[in-house]
Amino acid sequence: MHINVQYFALMREQAGRSQESVDTQAATPADLFDELCARHGFSLGRDQLKVAVNSEFGTWTQTLAAGDTVVFIPPVAGG
Amino acid sequence: MRFSFASTPIDTAAARRALLDAGAGGYVSFEGWVRNFNEGRSVLRLEYEAFESLALKEGERILAAAAARFPIKHALCIHRVGALDICDMAVWVGVSSEHRGEAFDACRFIIDEVKHRVPIWKKEHYDNGDSGWVNCERCSAAPLHHDHSH
Repeated sequence: MHINVQYFALMREQAGRSQESVDTQAATPADLFDELCARHGFSLGRDQLKVAVNSEFGTWTQTLAAGDTVVFIPPVAGG
Repeated sequence: MRFSFASTPIDTAAARRALLDAGAGGYVSFEGWVRNFNEGRSVLRLEYEAFESLALKEGERILAAAAARFPIKHALCIHRVGALDICDMAVWVGVSSEHRGEAFDACRFIIDEVKHRVPIWKKEHYDNGDSGWVNCERCSAAPLHHDHSH
């Protein structure tokens, strides 16, 4: 299935793109992250990130559906 | 109650006017400024980047939480995105209320929560030509402990 991934900040720089469409068998955001980490070599691990699915905070273990948009959220620094 | 982003300097006069209320006896605002020094390094300029669709929701939730927690009249928060120079205003929070105490408390609550929860990132550019994402580079330099479970 196809999953859309958007990248921000450090993740964007390390992925070398701000978004991509991934053809994947990943059942969860955790599986998807591991697959993309192997491809892009992210320096941050899952324990340092949060995840959003379809513009809302999600969990690493929720089930992904085709067409979902996933964002891996590095530590924030607003203000 | 509104949280928003601005890609140009924040119009604080207009923002303040939006908080006016015949029943308000006090108004408190906070301005976050770009400082030339952070964690022992000389900073030349900043870039802010936001995951806006989620950040707007999370910002609105913070303003709603402030209104539920403190008896305030109105609250607004505006955060800059893009490139900022030293002394530029990065964020503005304003609160009006019947009495001053809850305006101070709610303003503090809002800026603290925004810094903690809203998906906004800050890249600092240093005087030695180096740059880094605040709160990200240090932890990414540390050994990874997560389990990839491939």
